[in-house]
Amino acid sequence: MKRITDWLPALLVFVLGLALWQWVFSPLAGKFLLPRPSAIATTFWNNKSVLLQAGWFTFKEALGGFVIGSTLGIVFALGFARFRRVGNALMPYAVAASAIPIIAFAPITNAWFGVLNPHSKWAIAGILCFFPVLVNTLRGLTSVDPEAIELMRSYAAGELDIFRRVRFPSALPHIFAGLRVATVLAMIGAIVGDYFGGSVGALGVQIENSISLFDFPLGWAAIVVASAFGIAFYVAVVLAERWALRGVPAA
Amino acid sequence: MSRRLDGGGPVAPETVVELEGVSKEFAQGKTVALRDIDLAIGQGGFISLIGPSGCGKSTLLRIIGDLIQPSAGRVTVHGKPAHQARLDRDYGIVFQHPVLYDWRTVAKNIALPLELLGWDRGRRADRVKEMLELVELTGFENHHPWQLSGGMQQRVSIARALSFSPALLLMDEPFGALDEMTRERLNMELLRIWQETGSTIVFVTHSIAEAVFLSTRVMVMSARPGRISDVLEVDLPQPRSAALREDPRYFELVTQVREALVRGGADKVFEELSFDELAPEEGE
Repeated sequence: MKRITDWLPALLVFVLGLALWQWVFSPLAGKFLLPRPSAIATTFWNNKSVLLQAGWFTFKEALGGFVIGSTLGIVFALGFARFRRVGNALMPYAVAASAIPIIAFAPITNAWFGVLNPHSKWAIAGILCFFPVLVNTLRGLTSVDPEAIELMRSYAAGELDIFRRVRFPSALPHIFAGLRVATVLAMIGAIVGDYFGGSVGALGVQIENSISLFDFPLGWAAIVVASAFGIAFYVAVVLAERWALRGVPAA
Repeated sequence: MSRRLDGGGPVAPETVVELEGVSKEFAQGKTVALRDIDLAIGQGGFISLIGPSGCGKSTLLRIIGDLIQPSAGRVTVHGKPAHQARLDRDYGIVFQHPVLYDWRTVAKNIALPLELLGWDRGRRADRVKEMLELVELTGFENHHPWQLSGGMQQRVSIARALSFSPALLLMDEPFGALDEMTRERLNMELLRIWQETGSTIVFVTHSIAEAVFLSTRVMVMSARPGRISDVLEVDLPQPRSAALREDPRYFELVTQVREALVRGGADKVFEELSFDELAPEEGE
């Protein structure tokens, strides 16, 4: 357990950053282009129900993509780990694909599924989540200590037992590393997907509209909401990881 | 668990492990890891395999345990092929690293083979308790492996290997990564466990002192290709005590093993083997 003194430096930096923004950066840049935190907070408060609803809407888009993309990533990794030849043939493309700015496909998924259909956002968020989860899970499944496997074989354990009791548990930290990255990517996918068209109730659309109307405080307030949902999503996965890996020392 | 009656000396009561003409080649015959190994290990014996790095002693242990297939020859355990012996769970294996599963508690690590055997919860708990007493770790059942010292981890690993009462214990430099004091304490503990369980042990080691102190028989291996170059019967009295490390006969045997190693691999052996355990030790 961390004590309050451990958190203090980080908290100080946060307060100092806000103060600098409020009284130095904003006045320098002009309050119009870079609204003060106080103005952003006020705007948020006045529009909180719309913004939070929009945030929830976009979060659901991200979550859908996260679930689909991560599930497929794990399933494919299981297949690649089981059938090494198939994996060896396909992994170079998966690694290459994970290096492409996949977000550029957002207009295409919008065109495929329709801008108002949440499936278009699921698709782009899902594709973004797929590759890091695939790559990390596969690394986890294939980097098991060979002696741990030999021991299981010496107990005459079958493949399924070895998977359940050794391969999967030792891959879990890697899987969670992939899932953590995926939460961030899912939010990016959903919001950028919104930018290329979506329901007016979506957060990305709110950001886009308010900025194009030069309502910067509202745009910033929406970005703060997006960040809050993104951080909450990430923290939720970290908590799930802590629970799943209780008893395992932190890497 | 029966108390053992004899030292597993030259006249072995019953053959547990038998190897005939076992060879192992890697890279399509370019590397010969083992050539023409014949050996027989009797019930209750404590057999050490000692030799320089790369002499194939770990490979030989894995062949006995059916974890590696020999290129030629036959391995029989209790009159069965090694593969059948593995399926019958005749082997308890301990590696140099404890290879404990971090996400399992000490108790659950020890119970793992029992889960695979389909034992129910109550029976598993009873056996785990028994095993913890055997390796003197009672009270640590709910700890996780990484909360224990290296020596304690290795004791858990030994408890796990013994939990299902395998007839044959295969140990691959089990104390090689431990400090000297811990190693000597675990040597004594292993001897006590061996006496109590009456199991047969095949023990791979780098240490001449350890091999002589523990074994009923020392098999000296030489490298390139790996083969058994000498077999020495250790006629020290049973049960062994720490005082034995100061016995003249003990030193004689240590010298014999060392000479056998030199004959088998000359100068290379000297680089790779440790002689630093030979200093007389105070009691446990």
